[in-house]
Amino acid sequence: MVQLTLPKNSRISVGKTWPKPEGATNIRTFKIYRWNPDDGKNPRIDTYFVDMDDCGPMILDALIKIKNEIDPTLTFRRSCREGICGSCAMNIDGINTLACIYGMDEIKGDVKIYPLPHMPVVKDLIPDLTHFYAQHASIMPWLETKTNRPAKEWKQSIEDRKKLDGLYECVMCASCSTSCPSYWWNGDRYLGPAALLHAYRWIIDSRDEATGERLDQLEDPFKLYRCHTIMNCAKTCPKGLNPAKAIAHIKKMMVERAV
Amino acid sequence: MAFLTDRKRAAGLGSAKTGTEHHWHMMVSSVALCGLIPFFVFTFGRALGGSYEEVVAYYSQPFPAIIAILTFLTGFMHFKSGVQVLIEDYVHGFWRKALIIAMTCLSYTAMAVGIFAVARLAL
Repeated sequence: MVQLTLPKNSRISVGKTWPKPEGATNIRTFKIYRWNPDDGKNPRIDTYFVDMDDCGPMILDALIKIKNEIDPTLTFRRSCREGICGSCAMNIDGINTLACIYGMDEIKGDVKIYPLPHMPVVKDLIPDLTHFYAQHASIMPWLETKTNRPAKEWKQSIEDRKKLDGLYECVMCASCSTSCPSYWWNGDRYLGPAALLHAYRWIIDSRDEATGERLDQLEDPFKLYRCHTIMNCAKTCPKGLNPAKAIAHIKKMMVERAV
Repeated sequence: MAFLTDRKRAAGLGSAKTGTEHHWHMMVSSVALCGLIPFFVFTFGRALGGSYEEVVAYYSQPFPAIIAILTFLTGFMHFKSGVQVLIEDYVHGFWRKALIIAMTCLSYTAMAVGIFAVARLAL
């Protein structure tokens, strides 16, 4: 049976409230999930105050400022700071998104930041995405061909290339998969919106010659058919993509080859 | 702790090569119910509140009796498939299989009872 309450060692307690910056007049409160695997304690919510007159406009700017100036132990992933690498995905104000492209002006009141939901936590805001990446690898995210020629690049018509729009932009941030209830309850078997979006990206590629094998691999009550079009994936995607639509297209292709 | 690679864990037991039939069946029965349910509500509503003799006379006509039988048949088949998905979503391990068996028995029983009741009225 699915577990609807947090296990004892995951229950969140009130953490430390850090001092307010001196002389600041434009202060924003940040409530951030903290958990350290080494101290044996339960997770806690620490409260930080950031001087907004001396901070960039994005959530990631505030996190970096907190780490640099208030609490160097705060741990999170970040790299490109412009929505391309997908590293800084976290749950901000109840929405899975990228901290680097989520503006603070989009949030009213205190800013609440948690790691991506329903994933094992490595530390603080860092989820363990090992299984997520392995699921992505399992759908063979590469061009699979059987014909030897042409030995150089394979051409694609403008129309066929257009079919990849809305699919190739995915940065694998895991916001969609970790917002999906089906992935929460059956993430061990269900591939999740991100992996299925990538699967469709290669299924629909006019140059790929493994369409049948790809569909064979996905034809499973759990790998594919756990998607119940809840649409959280499309709602939360920080890149504005629609994984649910890609999954619906895969299901349509499954029916087309069977009926 | 099992020493499995991440890839092996993700692949699991591989594809079951099934699921599309279930998906297609749900779609077909949904479409059928979209047509049947309004007819069922309409015919059932006509008989509602009547005396026993009136209801028996009404369901002795082919149209309301056939609509009721088709609704029970399609409705409980749809229910069986739908609840199976629900159980698969939320229940794991032994209880998943046990509940699917119980729910299948319940669906077929309810279907048989409904059809028997209508047949008894109609014949």
